[in-house]
Amino acid sequence: MNLLGKLSWDAIPLDQPIIMGATAFMVLVIMAVLSFITFKDYWGPLWRDWITSVDHKRIGVMYILLALVMLLRGFSDAIMMRAQQAVAAGGAQGYLPPEHFDQIFSAHGTIMIFFMAMPFVIGVINVVVPLQLGVRDVAFPTLNSVSFWLTASGALLINISLAVGEFGKTGWVAYPPLSELQFSPGVGVDYYLWSLQISGIGTLLSGINFVTTILKLRAPGMGYMRMPVFCWTAMATSLLIVAAFPVLTATFAMLLLDRYLGFHFFTVDGGGNAMMYVNLFWVWGHPEVYILVLPAFGIYSEVVATFSGKPLFGYRSMVAATMAICVLSFLVWLHHFFTMGGSADVNGFFGVMTMIIAVPTGVKVFNWLFTMYGGRVRFTVPMLWSIGFMITFVVGGMTGVLMAVPPADFQVHNSLFLVAHFHNTIIGGVVFGLMAGYNYWFPKVFGFRLDERWGKASFWCWFVGFYLAFMPLYAVGLMGMTRRLQHYDNPAWQPWLMVAALGTVVILAGVACQAIQLVVSVRARRQLRDTTGNPWGGRTLEWFTPSPPPAWNFTVLPSVGRFARRTPAEGTQDYKAIEMPNNSPIGFITAFFAVVTGFTLIWHIWWMAGLGLLGAFVTLLAFAFRRQEEVEVSAVEIARFDRAHPAEVTP
Amino acid sequence: MNVAVALSDVRLDVAASEAGPAPKRVVVAYGFWIFLLSDIVMFATLFAAYAVLVRATDGGPSGVQLFSQASVAVETACLLASSYTCGLMSLAVKSRRRLGTYFGALVTFALGLAFLALELREFADMIVRGDGPQRSAFLSAFFTLVGCHGLHVTAGLVWLVVMMVQVVLRGFHPTVQRRLACFSLFWHALDIVWVWLFTVVYLMGVRA
Repeated sequence: MNLLGKLSWDAIPLDQPIIMGATAFMVLVIMAVLSFITFKDYWGPLWRDWITSVDHKRIGVMYILLALVMLLRGFSDAIMMRAQQAVAAGGAQGYLPPEHFDQIFSAHGTIMIFFMAMPFVIGVINVVVPLQLGVRDVAFPTLNSVSFWLTASGALLINISLAVGEFGKTGWVAYPPLSELQFSPGVGVDYYLWSLQISGIGTLLSGINFVTTILKLRAPGMGYMRMPVFCWTAMATSLLIVAAFPVLTATFAMLLLDRYLGFHFFTVDGGGNAMMYVNLFWVWGHPEVYILVLPAFGIYSEVVATFSGKPLFGYRSMVAATMAICVLSFLVWLHHFFTMGGSADVNGFFGVMTMIIAVPTGVKVFNWLFTMYGGRVRFTVPMLWSIGFMITFVVGGMTGVLMAVPPADFQVHNSLFLVAHFHNTIIGGVVFGLMAGYNYWFPKVFGFRLDERWGKASFWCWFVGFYLAFMPLYAVGLMGMTRRLQHYDNPAWQPWLMVAALGTVVILAGVACQAIQLVVSVRARRQLRDTTGNPWGGRTLEWFTPSPPPAWNFTVLPSVGRFARRTPAEGTQDYKAIEMPNNSPIGFITAFFAVVTGFTLIWHIWWMAGLGLLGAFVTLLAFAFRRQEEVEVSAVEIARFDRAHPAEVTP
Repeated sequence: MNVAVALSDVRLDVAASEAGPAPKRVVVAYGFWIFLLSDIVMFATLFAAYAVLVRATDGGPSGVQLFSQASVAVETACLLASSYTCGLMSLAVKSRRRLGTYFGALVTFALGLAFLALELREFADMIVRGDGPQRSAFLSAFFTLVGCHGLHVTAGLVWLVVMMVQVVLRGFHPTVQRRLACFSLFWHALDIVWVWLFTVVYLMGVRA
């Protein structure tokens, strides 16, 4: 009986220079950050103001920070893959051995979907939704902190897999029977499953939190048809999370039972059914696409209306389209595997449903175009991302409709054409939207705008780089190149893949511009300061409070009439004390035990996993028996804040 | 505990959707409803898996050979009765009767425990006979679906104990009341899941 389960020094791949180099780099960065915090004596403020904070704005910022760091990690995977495929033609094997290449494409997909796109989306929702609804916080602030820290735990586990052990070699979908113990005996798939189970719980709790917030906590007068479109899309996303993530949790639980206890859900023997996994995975997976893209649609709606100086065209149709997509997203999952061998009727049904979903999406695109039409359009950075999106996403959408035709899909199934298609929609739809939102709401959160010139440079690099990187993949996909090839024999593909690699370099320049933009803006924060609270002339409630907003968001809850209007000017009102939720370390402590439990389950260190679960339970008990749930912000403090921000109070 | 908005909370001069933030009692219960919905989606997935795999016995036994309807009938009776006593407990909480609360909780706990004991005996018998979850895909799905419900019942029992400690320590504090309301929602939801489970697994399972 080994006390450390499967864990030993052999788990660290010392013979792999690339992995060890990446690990050393990661360790160095972490050490640098930790020593910086220690040197500056920031531990106290960090603990009080961030780690234990239950303020939705701070939690949102932490989500987005996590997403940006994970973007760098996932993007370096992308660079390595593109570099490998650019050189590994004919007899050449490139610089990545197959088992490493397999881990890279699996990690790239997993990280980009679960730890880049998801935290970014949820982060923006966290920052913006309570402000737009005109309330002080989300429905369950402490739970919100737990959600964030569970997501961060998953991200930590997946990054530990780089240094200790291995990651899955199964692709980000981990289809059985390949992902079963019989064919993947290592810890890679276990890292995948446990990190996603832990972060999945966090995501589900976020979804519950925001459904409740949006449906039950709105400022007086904020009826449903007065909510900004971003709130509608955030609600649709939260509903989808509530309805889809439990499917993923259950599916992964079945795969875990197969791997850990010898069950036969998806095995080749014992009557297992691997296609059931594929079906269940995409019952979650297709709604997931809309979980990501609907809030991005919401961001475009806010940005396009603000920078066109007009109300959004077709608000009601936008809402209807959002909710239609929300429902339809559950009726298309089978188009991910028309080749399963379902009957022509089954494939026909899912093909038609897939084409139908393009209709509400088309409605949205026309609404954005008509919003711009006749408007006084300001070509700011968020607007550039939005226009770039409209062009790019339509291309991605059309290739999607093409693949919705089952016979056509049979030709390009699992080819790079598909890879190009979903990057076209996810980068062109989700990432562009998140970048637009990042530039749009940054001044609200930090009180100063981001530098325009570097922002524009970043956009153009991303935009051009995207087309260079992914249009060639459509071409080689049509030429028959399947996805996930570590090397290939057809020399005709190589020029296309070299162009794609070049595109990655251009996107890298875009990422660098974004980093520079942040540094430049922080240094020039005095010139870029937003003293009005409304730097863009926005018409939604978040612009009617100072930038950055106080912890309590609004001194008096706004009352929404026909048009949004300010609450009484300062000085004329009696300030009242406000009850705010108390800071809580529960989220952080829960995450600690989640990491311990996850890591020890991956390595079969059963006794410590038991201790981890016990710790989590005790934490929950401590939370249940806490006495003080809220702190009072005194009227004096609120009055002082309002006096310090006189300019912000006028709309 | 009634989830519906109390009349005093309703402002009649504005539309319900424009009345401003709901009181905390409503928010908490509503959030818990959403959680229950997500839990039911998870059960739906397990039901779907069971339905797909119910014939995949791999030469092993099927439900006809395995299920004892008498035992399951007693289990069902225990759980349904416990829902009734849980309702009695909620009434006692509402009228702030401590003794009634403890009594309702005690009977609910005992019935829940009896249910679990019967279920565990059924599981143990099957495993001893070699018909454990590793035997076939059908049995994997059966143990997971029924076991997941059993785990929920276990969690409910632990929760009930914690809540009684809170009633002892803090009385009918609004927080305690909200949590007891959530507990009763949880307990009734488990009953609903069991009714489905009883029908799909045990009643349909013994038809050859």
